[in-house]
Amino acid sequence: MNVGVLGIGITKFGERWDQGLRELLLDAQVKSIKDANIEAKDIDALYTGNMGGGALSGQLHIGAMATENLNINKPSSRVEGACASGSLALRAGILAIESGEADIVQVNGVEKMTDVSTEQVTTMLMGAGDEELEGFNGLTFPGLYALLANAYMSKYPKLTRDLLAEVSVKNHFHGARNDYCQFRKEINIDVVKNATMVADPLTLFDCSPITDGAASIILASEAKAKELGSKVSIIGSGMGTDSLSLARRNTLTAIPAGKIAADAAYASAGIKASEVNFAEVHDCFTIAEIMAVEALGFAKEGEGYKLYKNKDTYFDGKIPINTSGGLKACGHPVGATGVKQAVEATMQLRGEAKGRQVKDAEIGVTHNVGGSGASAAVHVFKRVK
Amino acid sequence: MFRDSSIIRWRAYKDRYMLEGYECSSCGKKYFESKGMCPCGSIEFNEIEFSGVGKIVSFTQIHSGPEAFSEQGKYCVAIIDLAEGARITAQIVDCKFEDLAIGTNVEAVFRKFYKSGEKGAIHYGTKFVPKF
Repeated sequence: MNVGVLGIGITKFGERWDQGLRELLLDAQVKSIKDANIEAKDIDALYTGNMGGGALSGQLHIGAMATENLNINKPSSRVEGACASGSLALRAGILAIESGEADIVQVNGVEKMTDVSTEQVTTMLMGAGDEELEGFNGLTFPGLYALLANAYMSKYPKLTRDLLAEVSVKNHFHGARNDYCQFRKEINIDVVKNATMVADPLTLFDCSPITDGAASIILASEAKAKELGSKVSIIGSGMGTDSLSLARRNTLTAIPAGKIAADAAYASAGIKASEVNFAEVHDCFTIAEIMAVEALGFAKEGEGYKLYKNKDTYFDGKIPINTSGGLKACGHPVGATGVKQAVEATMQLRGEAKGRQVKDAEIGVTHNVGGSGASAAVHVFKRVK
Repeated sequence: MFRDSSIIRWRAYKDRYMLEGYECSSCGKKYFESKGMCPCGSIEFNEIEFSGVGKIVSFTQIHSGPEAFSEQGKYCVAIIDLAEGARITAQIVDCKFEDLAIGTNVEAVFRKFYKSGEKGAIHYGTKFVPKF
């Protein structure tokens, strides 16, 4: 697989009371078009990841909103896979190019979450789980990941509370060095451990926040990318799925869909986990990052904690994880997150991640999860030599 | 909102009120509520009634719930392995979170869940209590 990345665009993530769903999307769309040095009319198709437009803004039909924004009439659709919506939109864009249907595709992700109450957002997000089997019992998303955390830490007690907190500390360290990030402040372990409890054992600082934001990326066929001088290629894509509810899974100490997606992406790219230089992973909760590095093959199941003992996952460490600040610090506008990860991977491979640049980065992966692991997509990015 | 529909909940009365489930007529695998296609390939199931006895597989205490549960304050939710073999998600009540552990024995009780707004229906279902 070889699909070029022509351009990237991203809005500032955070509480964006100044902008609505449409304006956030437009901002990212215009930025990626400018960065790619193309015109809107050059785009053959658009895919936009979004989860909560209907529930939070009363706005569906986001595909048409994306083309209306650019005043074009090209094929365009919304892609939804809960928190993995962004990377599923990316995958749809890649497949459109690989099929020969399109030469240039714009992939967007957008979410507008701060117009409504936290309870309304919590209810909307729970739609990513199993409404009948889990939502009916009062489960929340932090609750689902707390169930995973308790099961994991009971089986693998070497992942201590302090090491789990290190995930959040490291992501805030990176976030402080990223100017599109929501929370640009370094923290320490005590801040995480002493924060308000959300769902035992997860505190507020184990959880990704509620965020507004949008991201956009312009993809091109291999021939078009060569012609226009693309510096980054997507060489692998994989996706896996699993049951909506945790109770229907075969395990509570891993997210199998993530491993299925990673194995498929590595196979399509023809690479091994050991060749990866950095990764943007789905740390919706601290425990999810531990399970992500294990799914991606950077550690065996139960041994992910080892990477958090000696700053191995910092931008200058052995395997940098979440240089953007991850979902925790950078923010988690759910439908935009998968595309944001692609934007950060591209910045790293183009050498533009000022203050958090991974040295000599050649291969990076993005790992995006929907729900409590019912959907997962992994993509492999490579610097063009 | 979808939660205000009494019909959605009515369809699940047998499972929720009687703790009824399904057993694959081909391989015998047991399910609580929605079943889909069994991994063995069968779509034939027999209805069974669970005894309501089980063990906690994992648990948590929710400190900040969704709109419909805001009246409840803090509450415990667990994944439970029923004695007959199916796995179920349910609240654990009449106990302190601190007293629960993975492996704690629990037993089913019939309880109120929540009310759908001022004029909405009151929803009921199965919760569990620990048996220390």
